[in-house]
Amino acid sequence: MSGRGTRVGLAVWSVLVIAFLWLPILIILAYAFNGSVLQTWPIQNLTFHWFHQAWHDPDVRSSLWLSVKVGLLATAVALVLGTAASFAIARFSFFGREAVSFLLLLPIALPGIITGMALNSFFYFAGISFSIWTIVIGHATFCVVLVYNNVLARLRRTSPSLIEASQDLGADGWQTFRFVTWPVLSTALVAGGLLAFALSFDEVIVTTFTSGAQETLPILILDHIERGQDLPVINAVVFVVIVLTVIPVVISQRLTHESGLVGTR
Amino acid sequence: MIEAAEAGPPLRRARLRLSAAFWRRPWLKLTLLLALPAVAFLLVYLGSLVALFVSAFWHVDSFTGKVVHAWSWTNFSTLWHDHTYWRIAFRTLWMAAAVTLTDAVLAFPLAFFMARVAPRRMRALLFVLVLLPLWSSYLVRIYSWRLILAKDGALNWALNGLGLPDAGLAYTNTAMWIVFSYVWLPFMVLPVYAALERIPESYLEASQDLGARAWRTLRTVILPLALPGLVAGSIFTFSLTLGDFITPALVGGAGSSFIGNIVETKIGQPDIPFAAAFATVPVLVMAAYLVIAKRLGAFEAL
Amino acid sequence: MSKRHRRVLGWSATALLVGALAFTAAGCGSSKKSSSGNGSNLPTSIGKGEGALNLIEWPFYSDPSFAKTFERESGCKIHRKDAGSSNQMVALMRAGGGGGGGQWDLVSASGDASLRLIKGGDVKAVNVDLVPSWKQFIPIFKSPAHNTVDGVHYGVSVQWGPNVLLYNNQKVKPGPTNWNALYDPKYKGQITIPNNPIQIADAAFYLEHSKPSLGITDPYELNKAQFDATIALLKQQRHLVKLYWNYDTDGRAAFANGDVSLGAIWPVDTLALQAKKVPVTEVIPKEGATGWADTWMLAKRAPHPNCAYAWMKYVTQPQVEAKQALVFGETPVNPKACPYMDKIQAGSCAKYHLNEPLAYYNTIKFWKTPIADCGNGKSDCMDYNAWQNAWTQITG
Repeated sequence: MSGRGTRVGLAVWSVLVIAFLWLPILIILAYAFNGSVLQTWPIQNLTFHWFHQAWHDPDVRSSLWLSVKVGLLATAVALVLGTAASFAIARFSFFGREAVSFLLLLPIALPGIITGMALNSFFYFAGISFSIWTIVIGHATFCVVLVYNNVLARLRRTSPSLIEASQDLGADGWQTFRFVTWPVLSTALVAGGLLAFALSFDEVIVTTFTSGAQETLPILILDHIERGQDLPVINAVVFVVIVLTVIPVVISQRLTHESGLVGTR
Repeated sequence: MIEAAEAGPPLRRARLRLSAAFWRRPWLKLTLLLALPAVAFLLVYLGSLVALFVSAFWHVDSFTGKVVHAWSWTNFSTLWHDHTYWRIAFRTLWMAAAVTLTDAVLAFPLAFFMARVAPRRMRALLFVLVLLPLWSSYLVRIYSWRLILAKDGALNWALNGLGLPDAGLAYTNTAMWIVFSYVWLPFMVLPVYAALERIPESYLEASQDLGARAWRTLRTVILPLALPGLVAGSIFTFSLTLGDFITPALVGGAGSSFIGNIVETKIGQPDIPFAAAFATVPVLVMAAYLVIAKRLGAFEAL
Repeated sequence: MSKRHRRVLGWSATALLVGALAFTAAGCGSSKKSSSGNGSNLPTSIGKGEGALNLIEWPFYSDPSFAKTFERESGCKIHRKDAGSSNQMVALMRAGGGGGGGQWDLVSASGDASLRLIKGGDVKAVNVDLVPSWKQFIPIFKSPAHNTVDGVHYGVSVQWGPNVLLYNNQKVKPGPTNWNALYDPKYKGQITIPNNPIQIADAAFYLEHSKPSLGITDPYELNKAQFDATIALLKQQRHLVKLYWNYDTDGRAAFANGDVSLGAIWPVDTLALQAKKVPVTEVIPKEGATGWADTWMLAKRAPHPNCAYAWMKYVTQPQVEAKQALVFGETPVNPKACPYMDKIQAGSCAKYHLNEPLAYYNTIKFWKTPIADCGNGKSDCMDYNAWQNAWTQITG
């Protein structure tokens, strides 16, 4: 529909915007190999030393392990709740259906600080001590919607009559689930789960309000950035974290080809 | 269906009965399906939200820092009468609006190029190129800008290389504007892309056949159809900016406090009631925003 | 449309009700455990260690260079949370139901946080007899007002340091010798100041000397008129400030990359910057400075009290005090640390003013939480809440 000039203009604009998106990331990735302890540009004498040091840092290890545990637990909770909710919303029409779907969206539509402080004051007033479980609860509240949305999108595209057909052909509930529902849903579940894990693995704001002595990897990174401690080591950690979060996202992308956004925050 | 059930072994028969029972009473299945998420969400999440805003009507004993459970409008009246809080609220809202607008301007041509101009393979590549920054640690991307904007960072290095003077952007509101626009940009690109991709080619052809120039087609056909996508994206850019406190703390300077920073400080004091009272501002703004967004059809485009 | 709205409303109302119920239940649960009496039944000996010790600390306050020995000898494995500000320390102590949330044992609170923790019932009384080095402390650090109330000790002092004036000696010539520099329009856009309400005391301290007519005698005890004059000065200063640092390392970074060239910061930052070859010079103007003094305070719900006592006993010993002082760049409260400091780094005892006469300490105004009752019998001083609100107005 557009002329050649417009196309070239759009292409140039796109290249510039993509460059804007990527330059800071490339710069921070480059800092991981900076031989100097000073965070100045340009970087000097390339080194792999910081990766070695980060790997042997007990704080980095324990927070990485905590983040993995929290991510897995939050993902598990999100998978159970998200799937149940999406079935209810997709297959039934009931009083308050709109409210329930709106409620599920709320934790990502409201600023993270609200979710964080709401949970924080809840734990505070209820006298619940912070632990890995309070972090998991915090993460699960906003991870549910990722699974919910992925599964809901899939359910909307598959006809409920498939299940009726299965039952008419004499299958019981388990068989219907095993041979009809599960094959339809599996990739959506995996994709939703991966996104939930990636989001949990990277979350800072809600975590700052729901953790006590426990330090997840992003909190460790934030602490170090704010305090300006061991920044070279943190640069190396950051390098690894970026690579690690990117993998599940790419996989989930391949599994679903969804372009909707509520696969995100 | 029931007759078929009689034929099998007892266990299978029981299972079939169970399925049939559920089938006949969908509300039972519904209750079971909904029980877990409903309880989890209602009790923990909504309960927390309600508790939070109830506590906005309490206040804290100024010295011991303990919450006094007595109802009053104290916090709201402080917020209303102290122009500091107005200033901070306006700064936050203004920044959220500026960032949203900037992202819309940056994102629309890119999304259009991805959806309607780029060949298939390039489109997939561009999609991943937009998606990956979104998922690579938000904190790290802010931190990167801190290094870039610092006096001896990459920006001034590049400017000096071109014979230009230092930009002097570190610790300014301009720096915050750049960083916010940067971190939330993918949230705008993706829904706009999705909306643009859904416009049937025939609409554009029809517009051309009817004699509309490119500009007119853009204004009267494409933009209205892309609007839900833009609004969906703006929900994210606006809400995320509104609630942020890390970016102002890391790249802002004197006079960069956001609602989020005050809320965070007050929680730290801890003065949860006051924090809750101030937090009602972004919540009310977002509630209004969501209602308008729903009217504009943005929820379908999420 | 309206029908749907009514449904949403109905659900929201139900949810609100459920939430309120849950909340009330929770509230009842927590309101019951109010604070019990302090001071009585103090431990009389340090029992067997519990194997772990959880600290909320200023960075390096349990630096492995001296904490490793403790861990080995006591069998208490240290888990530390570095705090960046006094507020963060208070918040961490009050999280999870207060009193350290059943997670934290000790907090290295500064004078602007310690009284708040005491009044909030988050810390408990400590038997100083179990900390032998306590008897060696410089007298003013044995029972200072910021950690001892009505003769009850809520912890043991550990180290102190002044808030210094730091400047880049390449950019600021001649070097300032007076706090006046921080209020001088000449340095607009080059100044950094801590983002902490207690900073109001620095301005009051400056006015105490530059504007005697205000009659300020203690920068933490300000009546309305004195307070207003101080705030007015700080509001002017705001236009000169490039950065209110949240963490000293932020201020340090701004010095390092040239974004600011003078400001108020701590000696530890001077050392770090000089180690990085940043051309900075530190001064304590002759009229004196404000300063902080830190206390290891015992959390009310400390899960490892024996390890906590063992730590307080260990960390106040002269040798350990000397090591910590030189790691952080601060001054021990135990004067017996002096020779050990000089052994590690010749001349360091004098450099950190550990061998000064008592008169020297009177020039340092130690942080304390401002309270309404400021000793004149009139209770007309501005309390910490007013300080916090004013600080928000200045910086926000």
